[in-house]
Formats: sequence, structure tokens, C-alpha cells
Amino acid sequence: MLLAIDTSAGTSVAVVDGVRGVLADIDTADTMRHAEVIGRLIAECLDRANVRVADLTGVVGGMGPGPFTGLRVGIAAARVFALGAGLPFLPVISHDAIALSRFRAGHTGGLVVVTDARRREVNWSAYSGADAAGLPVRLAAPGVAKPAVLLEPDWVYAGLVRADAVTVPAADLGRVAELLLANDRAFATDAAFYLRSPDVTLSNGPKRVS
Amino acid sequence: MNRDNPLVLGIETSCDETGIGIVRGSRLLSNTIASSMDEHARYGGVVPEVAARAHLEELVPMIRAATEDAGIRLEDVDAIAVTYGPGLSGALMVGVGAAKALAIALGKPIYAVNHLVGHVGADVLQTDADPGTEPLEYPTIALLVSGGHTSLLLVRDLVSDVELLGETIDDAAGEAFDKVARILGLPYPGGPQIDRVALGGDPAYIRFPRGLSHHKDMEHHRYDFSFSGLKTSVARWVEQTRDAGETVPLADVAASFREAVIDILLTKAVAACTDLGVPRLLLGGGVIANARLRELAVERTDAAGIALRIPPLSLCTDNGAMIAALGAQLIMAGHEPSTLDFGADSTLPASVIQG
Ligand SMILES: [Zn+2]
Repeated sequence: MLLAIDTSAGTSVAVVDGVRGVLADIDTADTMRHAEVIGRLIAECLDRANVRVADLTGVVGGMGPGPFTGLRVGIAAARVFALGAGLPFLPVISHDAIALSRFRAGHTGGLVVVTDARRREVNWSAYSGADAAGLPVRLAAPGVAKPAVLLEPDWVYAGLVRADAVTVPAADLGRVAELLLANDRAFATDAAFYLRSPDVTLSNGPKRVS
Repeated sequence: MNRDNPLVLGIETSCDETGIGIVRGSRLLSNTIASSMDEHARYGGVVPEVAARAHLEELVPMIRAATEDAGIRLEDVDAIAVTYGPGLSGALMVGVGAAKALAIALGKPIYAVNHLVGHVGADVLQTDADPGTEPLEYPTIALLVSGGHTSLLLVRDLVSDVELLGETIDDAAGEAFDKVARILGLPYPGGPQIDRVALGGDPAYIRFPRGLSHHKDMEHHRYDFSFSGLKTSVARWVEQTRDAGETVPLADVAASFREAVIDILLTKAVAACTDLGVPRLLLGGGVIANARLRELAVERTDAAGIALRIPPLSLCTDNGAMIAALGAQLIMAGHEPSTLDFGADSTLPASVIQG
């Protein structure tokens, strides 16, 4: 039984079980209040699922891509919850959850997942479809681009169906983790997908004041 | 919850130190810190995004190290305390998210506390090296000086009554050290560099301005500080000297600048003690590491009959132990835990002790 947490878009938390399915699933699309809501959503989710911390077997964290400040809140919460509860931390790429939800809803074939990256850019991930286990098959590592780039006819994944999302379903993040565990597959690297360098400029020394 | 002698884990991420502290009541068990200072050096100052990224990576290793160091298990902890402001918003949010998750995972209450008041709380801690300190007496004036803040507080009671007397209206004092170090071609962080260069310099060589000390300022900014004019004045002096083809007397400039900062800090702090009839002054914040500041503080408070308190330097710089200490004091005084709904408040007023 897994607790799944994602703050790469809004804030979403779910408790999923390999056998019993989704036991609770709460989210908010608010992109400004991750730190405020994260605790309440986790507590409420465990409550609604009627699950004690001791019943959990792992904590899934959505590693992005997503706007940095919010993204970090969920990763910090998931990693530290895992530490506190003595559970393994299971990193999953957030876009994989969005892709899984589309494939589960019946979509077949290629897919480009697109989310807001702020500063007039988007994050994207391209998939060729779902494999035999039901897991999304990624064509490339997540990217960041100007929205117009994805609309260009010669963009490398221009032909694929596009799925824009404003929230990342934590239940599907948990399902991805369940599928990875059940099929003995590797999890994502335990590192936040920032996709941008911290934007700081090295100054050329102090400016004159007189 | 054990309210008599609570075991508290404190999390501090308001600036560039990821601090985890563990205390039992007033006793320090661990003060574990990872600093991202080196990563900021090439930029000449703290870069918020770089600091926040470092917090995310350091939290888990630091919590592990702190519990090991304290010889406790996480599940033994009675409560979690966390800094929720003031500080860098993105950096604070990492600690807040982590602290809430830890509290829920452990099924323990959480105390959201004020970073500035935490600096004062550091003073109640007893360490092995310093077991016999007298308890902090109230009221006390507290002068808190770092790269992120420069504040003068009137503390009537650590857990229930803190008043902000004044603060910097522009740069923090530590920031001024960093900026002037750059003007003088010295690396970051500026404080220790200025100190090094000032050795043997004449502090009276140049009379740099003391911000907000004129008669007209004293009405509205009696206990406020300003360092941006001082910085500009140093820059101008250095430029004019170079323009004239002369060598800048580094030691004298550094000593004179440092003296201007320290003089105004202590003048206002001692004035607050005298004006308000409070014969106690407590120092906190990273800039307290400056030996000249401590030396002059002793001199000035002795002359004015003020009792001076300086916590060990490892507890003056930002750390999680002071946050744990404040949390433990709140618990022992019977304060209820915070609810889970607080956020990061980058401009949290000093008078708000708990969220
Ligand atoms: Zn501080």
C-alpha cells in the first residue's frame, strides 16, 4: 500500500493498493499554496483511506518536471515522510502519471504530455504508447520548450496526440509505482526534474557609483 | 506528549544553512548543519534558488545525521519544530513541507516558529561545554545580525512577548560585508574576509557614515538600521582613490568600514537598553562571529552596566537547534501545537512567535 505525493503542478495526494485499488485521492489545482496544503492533504488522505502509517509499504514522490518552488515541497515531504515512517522512497516522473491516466482511459498509440513550466514555457514528455504491463513507454527524457516549438510541423513529436494537464493525478502516480514494483522495473532517478539551471547571472564585478 | 522535558527535532531552512537540531528540554543533543555557502561564492551572495535546491538534497542526510549524533530514534521524538519565517520563501517552503510530512509520519505534533525568536531561543540551550549558564532573564534586548536580517528586539518573554524595536530598512549587515568585500576585490562570504584584511588597519582612518544616526532620523528610525549608504560611500572612496592613481589602503578601509557597521549596531542596541531601562543585551546571528563586534560589545555594555550574553558561535549562526529549543520552550510553557495549515511567511514579523 503506497502513499503518493505530487506538487509538480497543483498538490495531489493518494493512497493506492495493488489489490484494492485507489483508497483515497485528493487534489487541488492551486499552484500557489503547496506548503500550506501539503500536510492537511496527506493527513486527510490517510484518514479517508482509513489507513495508518504503519500499513503503508512505500512513499511515491512525483519528481517533476514542474515549476521549482512548488515541486520541491512535495519531494521534500515524500522523502521525509518515507524517512520518518521507515519506508522506501519511490521516485516517479510526474508526466508518467498523466500518460498512464490517458492510456487507462482508452487512449492508444503516441502521446505528448504537456504541463505549464511558468515563464511562458511548457514541460513536455513524449510516449509511444503503453507496454504489456500497462506502463507508458517514454520516447525521450522530459523537456522544456516555448509553446510555439511544440506546434511547429517539423517538431520531432509533432504527429503525436497532445495531452495538456493542469494537475498530476497522484492515484496514477501511485499506480505507476505499483506497476513498476509488480513488474520488477526500475524507478526514476531520485532527483528533481528541474530542466532549467538556477537563473543567476555572474556579475563582472561591482559597478561604479561615482 | 512529554511537556516537562520534551525531545524536539528542529528544522531550519530559512537561508543557506540546512539545520537540524535535537534538544531535550533545554539540553542540546545535536546541532547538525549543511551549508550551501560554497555554492553561492561564485555569485557573491546567497542565490535563493541555489539555496532551496541544496535544502532539498540535504534534508534527509541531515535528519539522519542529527538523530545518529543525538543517539535517538526518530520515533522517540515528542514534537517537530520548524522555521516558517522570516527568510527566503522557496527555501522556507522546503523545510515546511518536510516538517509537516515528518510530523504526520511520526504521529507527533508540530510547532511552526519564528526564525528571529529562534535566535533568542538559542541562548537557553545548555551544552556539555557550557553546562552551567544562568537562565536567560527577561526582559532583554536582542540584537540579531546576519546576512539575512538585522533586527533589534525587546524580549519580555521568549514564548509570549517579543516586540520588534527596529530593523534594517535596506541591506542586512552581513550583506553589507559581502558587498564591500566585492568592492575591495575580496571573495564571498565578506565578513571573515573583511576581518582578515582589517587586521592592523586603522578603524579611524576614514569616518564612514553611520546610517540613520542623524537627529532627524532618530524620530522615525530610532532603532532602525541602514547600510546601503555606507556601502556606496565605501565604493565612492575606493573609486576616488583609484582615480587619483593612489593605492587603496585595504586594511584601513576594511577596518574603517567594519567599525562603522559595528559602531552603529552597538550604539543603537545600547541606546535601546538605556532608553527602555533593560540592563541586558543578547547577541545572535552569523555576524556575531566577528571578533571586533564581540570585543566592542563587551566594552560598550561594560561601560553602560549592561549584562551581555552571547551564545556559543555554533548556535549564533542559523541552525536547527535554536528552532528545536524554541519549540521545546513553547511546549514546556504549555503552548498548543500549530495546526497543519501554516505556510512559509518570508516577511513574518518578529512579534509572531508561533504560527
Ligand atoms: Zn538567522
